[in-house]
Amino acid sequence: MTIFLQQVFNGLTLGSIYGLVALGLTLVYGILHIPNFAHGALYMVGAFMTYFFMVDLGAHYWVAMAGSAVVVAALAVICERLVFHPLRHAPPIHDMIAAIGILLFLEAAIHAIWGSQPVRMTSPFTGMGSTLNIGGVFIRQQALLVIVAATVLVVALTLFLRKTMVGATIIAMAQNREGAFLVGIDANRVAMMTFAISGVLAAVAATLFAPMTLVSPVMGHIVIMKAFVIIILGGMGSIPGAIIGGMIIGMAEALGGFYISDVYKDVIAFGLLVVILSIRPQGLFAKGAH
Amino acid sequence: MLFKLGALIMHPVSKFVLLALALLFPVWAGAGNEYQVQVMAKSFIIIIAVYGFNIITGYCGQLNLAHGGFFAIGAYAVGLLTVDAGWNYWPALVAALLITGVLGFLVGAVSLRLREDYFAIFTLCVGSIIYLLIEKWDGLTHGVIGVRNISAPDGFGIVDFRKTNAMYYLVLFFLVFIVWFTSRIQNSLIGRTFIAIRNGDDLAESLGINLMKTKILAFVISTTYAGLAGALYAGMIRVLGPEDANVLQTFNMLMYMLVGGIGTLFGPLVGTLGVTWITESLQFLEAYRMIIFGPLLVILVIFFPLGVCGSFLVWMHRKAQALGLGPKKVQAESKVKTSGSQEANNNA
Repeated sequence: MTIFLQQVFNGLTLGSIYGLVALGLTLVYGILHIPNFAHGALYMVGAFMTYFFMVDLGAHYWVAMAGSAVVVAALAVICERLVFHPLRHAPPIHDMIAAIGILLFLEAAIHAIWGSQPVRMTSPFTGMGSTLNIGGVFIRQQALLVIVAATVLVVALTLFLRKTMVGATIIAMAQNREGAFLVGIDANRVAMMTFAISGVLAAVAATLFAPMTLVSPVMGHIVIMKAFVIIILGGMGSIPGAIIGGMIIGMAEALGGFYISDVYKDVIAFGLLVVILSIRPQGLFAKGAH
Repeated sequence: MLFKLGALIMHPVSKFVLLALALLFPVWAGAGNEYQVQVMAKSFIIIIAVYGFNIITGYCGQLNLAHGGFFAIGAYAVGLLTVDAGWNYWPALVAALLITGVLGFLVGAVSLRLREDYFAIFTLCVGSIIYLLIEKWDGLTHGVIGVRNISAPDGFGIVDFRKTNAMYYLVLFFLVFIVWFTSRIQNSLIGRTFIAIRNGDDLAESLGINLMKTKILAFVISTTYAGLAGALYAGMIRVLGPEDANVLQTFNMLMYMLVGGIGTLFGPLVGTLGVTWITESLQFLEAYRMIIFGPLLVILVIFFPLGVCGSFLVWMHRKAQALGLGPKKVQAESKVKTSGSQEANNNA
């Protein structure tokens, strides 16, 4: 039973991270209607920015996280302005190719600056004596932080989208583009804001998760693929879908990795996607056409 | 003047000039310069794979991000059958074609029910699965150690395919066949059906095109091309590792296709050769080449979405119209262009 609880806790941690990344992706999808393949690269840049602020500049963990969030948000807005905005009338395949171009560039740039060797990052919540033992279940403080921070962020984002005027413009734009224009919503502002939010979410997720793993130029690959799986499961553009999907994948990976095969735990998520899309091409929770 | 030059390039005879140049290349490179012949043969192999990519993505408009994975499957099929099962190269090559074709059919039957973005994501995941399986399934694929000592194609008479030049001509033979075969597809009803699907699912369906059947056909043709390229790659390089299945390989092919001209007959050829030789001459940049090519991909897709060949064809078309040349000549060139210039209009 303790082992099971341990895996559930691990799954919850993974699910929180995946959920945060998928949330940014799904918001951008709602506005752009393209999968942003560069989102994983933003996640990776977020981790390196935190590393840069913390190790090279000696900033505190929280300050570094804020700095990284600002930098990545700015980067995401620049991508929107320079790349996706000029392509807004192009066929979707062009946006996807451009996103791949951004991904390749960011990875190569980080690789050129920091090299391909993975680096380690600490936080105030890692290190000696930071693991709590509650009835046999080992709980890392950093993992606890991940879950708490993810919950806070999701609640804050939901409140922002539902309760403020600015948030409502984003929802309106995602629901109906032409309708949003008709009531005088500034499409440029909404697009830039959405990208900024997605950048912040990616940077925070990376900063939360990096102390538990390694920081390397390729760290975004597997996370972004899973985020894609999640938004397909949850229905593209759906915010609750991204969170539930994140939890499903996190749990499937933690439990599957333990009870089925640790070597193939990354394959489980993709296998799940293949099975689900074979049975329900529109995703688990999608409501008809997007 | 430039138009005359362009017309010269468009002339049917120039294809044979190109072929003659390719045949003479090893002689020109000289006996002591096997490396250049090797690079050329390798890029010919990649071109074959890019032709496959062009069929599903260029003509049919479905961005298949598992293409590099199918290339790796073809390569691994030959590698494992010759090394572990002791087969000869040629039956292994046929088996590789069958395997990639059948797998293409199965993956296509599931994935092509999805539209555009879902399809791209799904195939990206399929590509990851292929990569992960090759890396983790030690028992079958030798995992990260890779497959070594793959046998070269069996020669006949005095022809020995372990020699670089012989392999070069073998690859060239397959490449010429693929270009010819692709031109046959492009000019046939099937090719036009593919392009109709690219221009719009609903429109194509309303013309009475069976979407699913046609898309699967395009997908199977493309994966078989990739399988052929992979099989030749295994026979030439003779060492395989999981990195050959990395998604980056697909992105590279995407770049070659886009530079050359997506959806054009000679685009894969021009793009792959151009980018390969530019990279070769900038070797000191090898590790950082994506710093240049990443933004290049973005710039191309924003400003020159038709690539070298596509832009050239559109330019020739406009020039011909401006000069008031007869419709006969224009019609001869307009096969790719009708779709090409349509896309240009969309972007305008």
